[in-house]
Amino acid sequence: MSSETLNLTLRVWRQNDPDTPGRFEHYQLNGVSTHMSFLEMLDVLNEQLIESGEEPVAFDHDCREGICGTCSLMINGKAHGPDKATTTCQLHMRRFNDGDTVTIEPWRATAFPVVRDLVVDRSAFDRIISVGGYVSVNTGNAPDGNAIPIAGSQQEVAMDAAACIGCGACVAACKNASAMLFVAAKVSQLAILPQGQLERSERVVSMVTQMDDEGFGSCTNTSECEAACPAEISVSNIARLNREYLRASLCGRD
Amino acid sequence: MVRVASETLNSRVPEGPVDQIWDKHRFNMKLVNPANKRKFSVIVVGTGLAGGSAAASLAELGYEVKSFCFQDSPRRAHSIAAQGGINAAKNYPNDGDSIWRLFYDTVKGGDYRAREANVYRLAQVSNNIIDQCVAQGVPFAREYGGTLSNRSFGGAQVSRTFYSRGQTGQQLLLGAYQAMMRQVQLGKVQLYARREMLELIVVDGVARGIIVRNLLTGQLETHTADAVVMCTGGYGNVYYLSTNAKGCNVTAAWRCHKRGAYFANPCYTQIHPTCIPVSGDYQSKLTLMSESLRNDGRVWVPKNKGDSRAPAEIPEEDRDYYLERRYPSFGNLVPRDVASRAAKERCDAGFGVGDTNLAVYLDFRDAINRVGEDAIRKKYGNLFHMYHKITAEDPYKVPMKIFPAVHYTMGGLWVDYHLMSNLPGLFVLGEANFSDHGANRLGASALMQGLSDGYFVLPYTIGDHLATSQLPTVPEDHPACVEALASAKSRIDQLLSVQGTRTVDSFHRDLGQIMWDNCGMARNKAGLESAVGQIQELRDQFWQNVRVLGSGESFNQSLEKAGRVADFLEFGELLATDALHREESCGGHFREEHQTDEGEAKRNDEDFNYVAAWEYHGVGEDSTLHKEPLTFDNVPPATRSYK
Repeated sequence: MSSETLNLTLRVWRQNDPDTPGRFEHYQLNGVSTHMSFLEMLDVLNEQLIESGEEPVAFDHDCREGICGTCSLMINGKAHGPDKATTTCQLHMRRFNDGDTVTIEPWRATAFPVVRDLVVDRSAFDRIISVGGYVSVNTGNAPDGNAIPIAGSQQEVAMDAAACIGCGACVAACKNASAMLFVAAKVSQLAILPQGQLERSERVVSMVTQMDDEGFGSCTNTSECEAACPAEISVSNIARLNREYLRASLCGRD
Repeated sequence: MVRVASETLNSRVPEGPVDQIWDKHRFNMKLVNPANKRKFSVIVVGTGLAGGSAAASLAELGYEVKSFCFQDSPRRAHSIAAQGGINAAKNYPNDGDSIWRLFYDTVKGGDYRAREANVYRLAQVSNNIIDQCVAQGVPFAREYGGTLSNRSFGGAQVSRTFYSRGQTGQQLLLGAYQAMMRQVQLGKVQLYARREMLELIVVDGVARGIIVRNLLTGQLETHTADAVVMCTGGYGNVYYLSTNAKGCNVTAAWRCHKRGAYFANPCYTQIHPTCIPVSGDYQSKLTLMSESLRNDGRVWVPKNKGDSRAPAEIPEEDRDYYLERRYPSFGNLVPRDVASRAAKERCDAGFGVGDTNLAVYLDFRDAINRVGEDAIRKKYGNLFHMYHKITAEDPYKVPMKIFPAVHYTMGGLWVDYHLMSNLPGLFVLGEANFSDHGANRLGASALMQGLSDGYFVLPYTIGDHLATSQLPTVPEDHPACVEALASAKSRIDQLLSVQGTRTVDSFHRDLGQIMWDNCGMARNKAGLESAVGQIQELRDQFWQNVRVLGSGESFNQSLEKAGRVADFLEFGELLATDALHREESCGGHFREEHQTDEGEAKRNDEDFNYVAAWEYHGVGEDSTLHKEPLTFDNVPPATRSYK
C-alpha cells in the first residue's frame, strides 16, 4: 500500500468546561498515515496523550460515515475542513501536507455553548424541531401510502432538503451564527410535500420564532452555510423559508 | 458441560392459526382506560427507530414517557446510518408478494431459527409502517406517476423494499424523531439526552426503573417508572471493528442481563458482505456499502490466482462471477450470510484482490453500460460519493473493492410474544431483542422490525402488562434504587482507581481481534475454546492495567468508553460460549465442523431447534441455558437453497 506519512503540528482548542476560559495547545504528531480519517488522526493523538498522562481531547463523533451529524470541528477555520460536501469524519489525511500546522476549534456560536474542548451543546436544534418540524399525525392514522401521490420531481426536491444531518456547520460557518439553513431545510421539506400543507403557516412562524429565541443570528445571504454544508443543502431553501414566512405573515395562520 | 434448565421458556404465543393470532390477541389483551393512561409512566432507553417510534406512540396514547439516549440528540441514534431500505408486503409492483411471502422469506432467511408467530406479525404490520411513514412526510422514492417506488434486496425474488436514496434509515429515523419531539413539546415525553443507562432497578422481580449517568456532569440519576423499555441496539462493537457507530454498545442490555434478564442467541451475528476493506491498524470502524448495490453491481474475483492486472484489463473470460456461478437463481442477491461466506471462501483460496488480498470486486461497469451513469448516480449517488471519499477511487470508473464486516446482531435479550423479557415490566424492542430474524437477518428487515415493535406492537402489549400488574409507587430512596445507584457508582470508582498503563481502546482492539479470529465468519471448537480463555485473560489484564484519566464528576469520554469495554469483556465470553454450545451451522453462525460437501451451512434441527437463552450467575461463572423450543407449523424447515 502506498503508505505515505505526515508530520503535523496540531493547534487544538482545550477548554475544561463551559465556565472556564479555553486556550490553544500545540501538539506534534508524527507518522500520520495519509489513509487515516481526520478523526482517526485525533484517536491516535488521544492514545498518545493518555499514555503520557494528559487527558485526551474531547470531541463529538459517532457513525463516522457522514450521516449522524455528530461530528463537527472548525479545521483551519473551515467547518468540517477543506473538502466540499464532506463531514469531518469523512475527511482523510491525504488532504493535508507533511509539515502542516492544523488548527482545530469547536463550532463557535452563542447558541452552541462549549461543553468541553471541541464538544458543543446543539440542543437548540432539537428545540426548534419540537415546535413544529413535523406533520402532526398520530400512529395509526395513516391512509394507504399510495393514496398520497407525489410527483417524482417534487419528491426529489423535498428529499434534497430532508437530507440535512443537523450537524450545525451552517451555524458555525456563518458570520452571524444564523441557523437559517437548518430551519429552512425542514420547513422546505414539509412545505413542498402535500402532507405538510395543513400546518404550513403555523410551522414556519413557530420555528423561526424559536430560532430567534435560541440566540441564533440573522441571515445576510452570504451563503457561507451552503458552502460548508456536508449534505449540500441549497440556499434556495432559505429563499423558500422567507416566502413561507411572508405568506404566513400576510395571510395569517391557518 | 452446559448447565441446562429443566423447564422450557414460555413464549406466550397464543393458540390458533398464525395469520389470525395477532388480531385475536389484540382483542384478548387487557386495555388501559384512556383516562387512566396518564397515571402510568414508561421509561424508554434509546431513541433509534424502535425507541423513537415507541416513545412517540406511547405518548400519543397518553402515557407519561421518559426518553433517554447517550447521544447529544435523539436524532443521532445509529438507525440513522441504515442505507438501503425497508421491506413491506404491499405488492405494489404486482410481482407476487404477499404478507405470507414476506413471512415465508423471513423465516427461511433466518435459517429456521426465528419464532414463526413473531415473524408473521412483523409481516402483517409492515404495510402499516409504510403508510405511517408516508403520512409523516418521509420522502420515499417515487415513480414519475407519483406512486411509491420499490427495489430488490437479498433473499427475496420480489421487489418489496421502499427507500429514500441510500439514506432510508435517516429519513425513517427523522420521521420517528420528529413525532417524538412533537410529544416533547406537548409535555408527554421528558427527554434526557447525553444520559447513559448503567443499571436496571428491579423491585420484587419487576423492572421499575434505571440508573443513568448524566454524561455532561457525571452525576448519577435515579429514574423510576411503571415499565422499562430497552431499545438500545446491537452488540456488534464487541468486535471493535464493525459498521456500527463508535458509541454503540451492549452496556444497557448487559446490565439488564446481570439483573436477571436472559440473553438469547448471542452467537447469531451478521457479517455483511459489502463493506470497505480494512486499510490499516489505526482503523476505527468499517463502512458499509448498501446491499442495494447488489441490484446493479456484479461481484467477481480473477479466475487466476495472483492476477495483478487492473480490473478493467481483466477480460470477461478471466473473471469469476462466483455468486452467479454458485447460486444461479439468486445470483448477486443471495442473503448476506451466504454472500459473506462465499467472499471469504474465494479470499481464503487465494483469489482475493487489493493490497491485502482480502477483498473482492463489486463492479458496476455492466449496469453503467446498460442504463447510463446518471441512472446509477440517481440510485446510489451518496454511496458512490462516500466510497470515493474513503478510498480515493472513483467507483464509476473502477470497481469497488469490498469485504465482509460485522454489521448486525440477531441475538439479544430474550422476549416473549409481548416483547417482554423474563423480567416482568422489562420490554425489549428492535435490534436489542432476539426475536424476529432467527440466525440471519434479511436486508431491509431491521428498519421494518424496529418500527414494527415501536409503532404497532409495544403500544398494545404494554397496556396488558400495566392493566394486569400491581405496581406500587417506587420512591427514589427505595432499597432497590439505593442499591442500584451504589452499584453503578462503585463500578465507576473501580474503573478510575485502576490507574494502569494501557488505554481503553487498546484493550478494545485486542478483544475485537480475539472475537474476529475465533467467532467471526467461521468458527470451530478449538478456536472458540481458546477465545473463552483469551477473553478471561484480557479481562483480568483490563482490571489490573487500564488507564482512565480524569474524574467521574465531569464530561469524561474515556470513562464512558471504559465502562462499555468492561461490559464487552464480559459479554464476549457469553457470545463465544453460546457459539461453542451450538453444534450446528445456521445463518450467521457457521461452525466449520458442520458443513455440506459443497461448503454450505448444515443445520441440526434434531438437537438445536431452539432459542438458547442464558441466565447470568456472575462474572466468570457458567451461565444456565434456558431453551425455548421452536415449532414450524407453517414454513416447514428445509435446507436453505438459493441455487
